[in-house]
Amino acid sequence: MERKIILENNDIEGIRFLDVYRQNGGYQSVEKALKTMTPDEVVSEVKTSGLRGRGGAGFPTGLKWSFIDKKSNNPRYLVCNADESEPGTFKDRYLMERIPHRLLEGMICSSYALGANTAYIYVRGEYKYIVGILNEAIKECYKNGLLGKNILGSHYDLDIYVHCGAGAYICGEETALLESLEGKRGNPRLKPPFPAVKGLYDCPTVVNNVETLANIGWIVNHGGESFAKIGIGKSTGTKLISACGHINKPGVYEIELGFPVEEFLYSEAYCGGIKNGKELKAVIPGGSSVPILPKELILNTLKGEKRLLSYESLADGGFESGSMLGSGGFIVYDEDDCIVRNTYNFSRFYHHESCGQCSPCREGTSWMDSVLYRIENGNGRMKDIDLLVNIASHIEGNTICPLGDASAWPVAAAIRHFRNEFEFHVEHPDIVRNIKHGSILQYTNK
Amino acid sequence: MSDKQFKHKLYVKKNKEVSFTADTLAKIETVISHYPEGQQKSALIPVLQIAQEELGGSLNVDSMDYVAGLLHITPIEVYEVATFYSQFYLEPVGKYVIEVCQTGPCAICGGEDIMHYLEEKLHIKVGETTEDNLFSLKGVECLGACGSAPVMQVNTEFYEFLNIEKIDEIIATLRNTSELTKPESLSWKERLS
Amino acid sequence: MVKVTIDNHTIEVAEGTTILQAARLIGGDVVPPAMCYHSKLKNSGGKCRTCMVKVSQGSTKDPRPMPKLVASCRTEVMDGMVVQNITSPEVVDARKAVVEFLLINHPLDCPVCDQAGECDLQNLSYEHGSNTSRFEEEKRTYETINIGNLIQFHPNRCILCYRCVYAAEQLTDNRVHGVLYRGEKSEISTFIQQAIENDFSGNMIDVCPVGALTDKPFRFKNRVWFLKPMEAHRTCSKCSGKVTIWLRGQEVYRVTGRKDKYGEVEDFICNECRFEKMNSSDWTIDGPRTIETSSVINQNYYAKKINPHVINPLKEKME
Repeated sequence: MERKIILENNDIEGIRFLDVYRQNGGYQSVEKALKTMTPDEVVSEVKTSGLRGRGGAGFPTGLKWSFIDKKSNNPRYLVCNADESEPGTFKDRYLMERIPHRLLEGMICSSYALGANTAYIYVRGEYKYIVGILNEAIKECYKNGLLGKNILGSHYDLDIYVHCGAGAYICGEETALLESLEGKRGNPRLKPPFPAVKGLYDCPTVVNNVETLANIGWIVNHGGESFAKIGIGKSTGTKLISACGHINKPGVYEIELGFPVEEFLYSEAYCGGIKNGKELKAVIPGGSSVPILPKELILNTLKGEKRLLSYESLADGGFESGSMLGSGGFIVYDEDDCIVRNTYNFSRFYHHESCGQCSPCREGTSWMDSVLYRIENGNGRMKDIDLLVNIASHIEGNTICPLGDASAWPVAAAIRHFRNEFEFHVEHPDIVRNIKHGSILQYTNK
Repeated sequence: MSDKQFKHKLYVKKNKEVSFTADTLAKIETVISHYPEGQQKSALIPVLQIAQEELGGSLNVDSMDYVAGLLHITPIEVYEVATFYSQFYLEPVGKYVIEVCQTGPCAICGGEDIMHYLEEKLHIKVGETTEDNLFSLKGVECLGACGSAPVMQVNTEFYEFLNIEKIDEIIATLRNTSELTKPESLSWKERLS
Repeated sequence: MVKVTIDNHTIEVAEGTTILQAARLIGGDVVPPAMCYHSKLKNSGGKCRTCMVKVSQGSTKDPRPMPKLVASCRTEVMDGMVVQNITSPEVVDARKAVVEFLLINHPLDCPVCDQAGECDLQNLSYEHGSNTSRFEEEKRTYETINIGNLIQFHPNRCILCYRCVYAAEQLTDNRVHGVLYRGEKSEISTFIQQAIENDFSGNMIDVCPVGALTDKPFRFKNRVWFLKPMEAHRTCSKCSGKVTIWLRGQEVYRVTGRKDKYGEVEDFICNECRFEKMNSSDWTIDGPRTIETSSVINQNYYAKKINPHVINPLKEKME
């Protein structure tokens, strides 16, 4: 199952630099696309490939591209979403730091396909050092005729600029990102209109995740059909999984979609098992926003099939017994981790990151945070648990952007699968007041 | 859980002369040129970042009004943005801003202990600055380095796989050197290849 | 023209009409409540989520239902669209939830609030709210800031509808206030100590759906239900001069813009008309203002709507 697309040649010394990258087959796709293909042909290859957005929602990329308003006379833009802020996810940072040219190669092909002559990379403020890496790489491209006017003699012009954010999770939502890029507060826009019709400066715009764009070069080189053969079912290609939490080997791994979760967790080539020989308790498979799954449901589905790392398999069973692939942030909890404390932690995160524009999210996230804080600190009551489920259900689906859902799902899922821990907190206030992360088991066993 | 009594104070314009050097102004011109004509407001966040960096690590009313003037927008548009993003500091900060990640993956791997240790070591609470104006301590949400938890960021540099010895070392180095030192390379990256 | 069905009423409207506007053309119970939307303010709406409705059929061409409830104030109708408002239990439930969210941090200081009696939030919670609260946490509070001698600002009452920001942006040439900070900490503020003063700043009072921005000279002078509203006009060089004056006897207590039955100002008026013309001799009276049925000034409107829970809020608990 060793299949690398995005991290291909990742281990070669100096792959960060253009000459080394090019010696190893880099930018062939740009030559191919700009010289031998029409923009529509590139779009069609991406459609055939079945590539789905890697930022979390998993929307088919080719389809997103085809929505771009062709009737509009305004300029078109490609915006790369490098505002990676989902807790548990750090793949884009790794990719941009190691092989920035993989992203730029994909962006040139994509911009060509979309007819965009300007593209922006929106990098989150905390990754400021990556701005330097990207700017160096862009400079190399300009020097070598891969960016600027008349790229490789093809009469196609493209400028890529890096724009740095300043600390706001919400700017990972594509319309909030566009607002932020326009120099405003990161308040998500109401949709429709979608960015493909009215995006940056009201012009047709496509916003794609870093990893999504990094796939485009390979697709152009090898064709959409070859890409579609990789992976499983509608989950085509590979995926970067950022593994973290209590595992022996945290890090970024590229897997072919459809790779079994159990093998990923325990194999020496990947996570290497649970740290300190402890037992697995639960996993959040797609970044903090997606539902947490207890051991028995993350390794196997409710039907008893092996759980695979793919969009479909992780979602199997709906939210009752399944979760989502999301952004591929794989957070592992061992037997000692306190789910209530962790849920409170994420709740505080969403409370802190809500933009405050719409009432269910602004008020609901803060309410859940307060109630969970009470429970976690031994001041909870039994009815608070159902109250939390109810608040979560009232936020979900009623907000302008998906941050509302993202704040509601972890709370609802934690209570769904670990209600006993919440009840334990309510029943034993004196114990829970004194425990920190990582020691609940010794109390529950008493 | 945050405090529920928000005392957003009204800031005072001191009418102090603010100006950038010619080099900085040229840099800002370049930034503005990245955006289409008439969209110079897009440069607001980058220009505020430059202002914060060059004008003492934090923003004040005078520097924000100056930025508004440079970009031909109204001051309130700058205030709206500066108060929205967590990396703009409206209060003076120390030379080194230590931002400790507090979110889930870091928290389960000891992020909370790191924070408590730093509070004890620097004799300040979260949100405060040391008397010598060298360090400000802040708790922040996910820094996007969960694979190397626990993590903190000092100005622009990431320090990963933290433990008490490492923190002692980092703080000692920062106290003794005038430049921010690069952290050592990260072990999980080597392992991956 | 496109055809749209809302709660089983079918109507033909012009293309580009929003669901809310179409519902207002039908009128009655079909109209969703709106707190942040204001038809005279561009870009307003979509934020408070009280006007959410269910689209059970997108259009004739694409009959699929919309996956989530949509904000009716900002969603345009399509030909053959079928919308459910009060006929959908899902909508009723979501609306109740939004009212709860809007109220949990609201100070509920109606007894000392000048907006009482003409407050959209009061009306909304009467019609869609619950009679008990599940919120036991500390309420969010802000420090009051002074924004000048004409407008009284109570940040605790604000529901962040952004209407006053749009009003300042669109009616005046120098907006000095905005929504600052983020998330729950968001607050309407001027950031620096300064008065909000320009010829049209008073309209912020009229567009505010709650008691966050009220008429400062009128503060604590009288309850609105003791005043007699009269439509009046004068010749004004700055605005239309068409206002509502609020009288007790012959004394003018305050001047406001003329509001329609959805609480929206028809003509924005200047500060001279609003704050300086306080003699009845300044005005030509056109006649009594038509009072919307939901106003407290309209007596006995709520008598017909008596809800047993309200008469005895403890009844539920006792049983």
